[in-house]
Amino acid sequence: MGNLIGVLFDGVAYGSLLFLISVGLSITMGLMNFINLAHGAFAMLGGYICVMLMTRMGIPFLASLPIAFVGSAIAGLVLERTLYRRLYKASHLDQVLFSIGLTFMAMAAATYVWGPQQQPVQLPEWLRGQVSLFGLEVGAYRLFMIGVVVVITLALGFLIERTRFGAQIRASVDNQAASAGLGINVSRVFSLTFALGSGMAGLGGGLGIDILGLDPAFPIKYMVYFLLVVAVGGAGTIKGPLLAALILGIFDVAGKYYVPSIGAFVIYGLMVVLLLLFPAGLLGRRT
Amino acid sequence: MSAVKPVQTNSTQFRLPNDRWRPLEILFWLIPIAFYFLFSGYLVLGSQIMIVGLFAVSLDLILGYAGIVSLGHAAFFGLGAYAAGLLAVHGWTEPLTGLLVAAVVTAVFGYLTSFLVVRGQDLTRLMVTLGIGLMLFEAANKAAFITGGVDGLQGIVMGKIFGVFEFDLYGKVAFIYSGIVLFIVFVILRRVMNSPFGLGLIGIREGGRRMPAIGANVNQRLTVVFTLGAAVAGIAGALLAQTTQFVGLDSLGFSRSAELVIILVLGGTGRLYGGLIGAAVFMVAQDYIAGLNPVYWQFWIGLLLIVIVLFARGGIMGGVVAIVENIKQRAAGGRK
Repeated sequence: MGNLIGVLFDGVAYGSLLFLISVGLSITMGLMNFINLAHGAFAMLGGYICVMLMTRMGIPFLASLPIAFVGSAIAGLVLERTLYRRLYKASHLDQVLFSIGLTFMAMAAATYVWGPQQQPVQLPEWLRGQVSLFGLEVGAYRLFMIGVVVVITLALGFLIERTRFGAQIRASVDNQAASAGLGINVSRVFSLTFALGSGMAGLGGGLGIDILGLDPAFPIKYMVYFLLVVAVGGAGTIKGPLLAALILGIFDVAGKYYVPSIGAFVIYGLMVVLLLLFPAGLLGRRT
Repeated sequence: MSAVKPVQTNSTQFRLPNDRWRPLEILFWLIPIAFYFLFSGYLVLGSQIMIVGLFAVSLDLILGYAGIVSLGHAAFFGLGAYAAGLLAVHGWTEPLTGLLVAAVVTAVFGYLTSFLVVRGQDLTRLMVTLGIGLMLFEAANKAAFITGGVDGLQGIVMGKIFGVFEFDLYGKVAFIYSGIVLFIVFVILRRVMNSPFGLGLIGIREGGRRMPAIGANVNQRLTVVFTLGAAVAGIAGALLAQTTQFVGLDSLGFSRSAELVIILVLGGTGRLYGGLIGAAVFMVAQDYIAGLNPVYWQFWIGLLLIVIVLFARGGIMGGVVAIVENIKQRAAGGRK
């Protein structure tokens, strides 16, 4: 019984990390109708920023996370302004190719700068080990991660549901032409949203080094997981990816724990089944 | 996409699509023969190019003609390779029947999975094809007692073709064998794609929702072409297994699928020849640059993709066609 709860807890922690990284991709795919396979590269960038700050400059872990967010967000903003926006109207094949190309370049650049090996992460003392929660021993770091994701999710919900900018995003998702007609600067909303999504991916990348690892193959290794969360959850929503990430996280951890002999088979099979049952995603918009 | 030209008011246009071989095409098929005599030291690379070319042509049926973005096409390539390889390991060493068995196995698998792929839109299709590829990869990885796992399938010994021609060390027989298989399959596919069936696929690609209005069964056509593409990819995989006498896990991997999309787009989609040209250019470049440094190779291939998407849509074939059209128009303009 303790095992089951432990697996559930780890699954939720893993799922919430997946959600943090993927939610930006959901917005890119839903709002801008762009299949961005390079999203993992922004997460990788955030991870490397964290590692660099901690090992080379001695900046504490907690302080390096917001910098990873800002760094990835700026990279996202620049790339959106220079390259991505040219391809909003392009075919999905072109977008796939473009973002695969970007991924390859990011991976090669990361290998060139940091080498092909795994990057180490030094967690602060208070995040290592176990803590007792309602009589259950759980990993302190995983608990911390869930806490961060809950805070971020609430902040994101507030931003989108309660602020003027959020209203502009929602309007642009629903109908770009009408929003532009109402005086919303849709292209600026796109840029800022893309930067926000990239920044969250970077934050997730930094937060996830201890669990996901960090090496130049990161964007390809986890690309499927990020895409999965969005495709299964439904692009363009917040709740969809959250639900999907939690389901996938729990099933992946449980699958690897209980039936290690079939490994990642569980998650791919689940994905295909879910996609067949819900072609537009669990909470996706029916078009 | 500029592949569909407006119907000209020429009565011949309303008959069956023209299937006559153009001089340029005949010239194209003389290249492998010239290659055999001029570059006899590179026959192994040559047969690899032809095999990957055939694989790329099989993707062209699905992606170039029917417009299905697939990121898991290596599933069929690898399945074909394992089918032919396993057959040889277990004693059935006759190559031609090995090819045939691989084609049948992949066709059946392609037919079954086509129902998953045909449903849904671009993103769903992308994910489902990716998922199928990854599942097969995991299956081959975990079933090491059958496939050899990460070590690959070793100990493949092929018999003589027709009981006469034995695979030699220099790859002469492998080159000719791959070339003839490629040519025969290509001729068949060319005929099929120049038929009303092929035109129907282009129609689906350009506007799938309107095709039912002229009585076309969209899903059925997509199922057929997906099965056909799978079978051809299986033949290509089997050829690789037979000529290199080895099957690795990477023949099923995602990077092979991604690379194949790159090759096809580099060459040009929807023309069959694009896959062959893309394979030749890509593999020669890879052979050259990856020898220097594999990391650089990945960087340049990424840059190349971005440049193609931003500035050179249509790939090499598209560029050539655009230049030829331009010259023709100028000539026509000059006459007026």
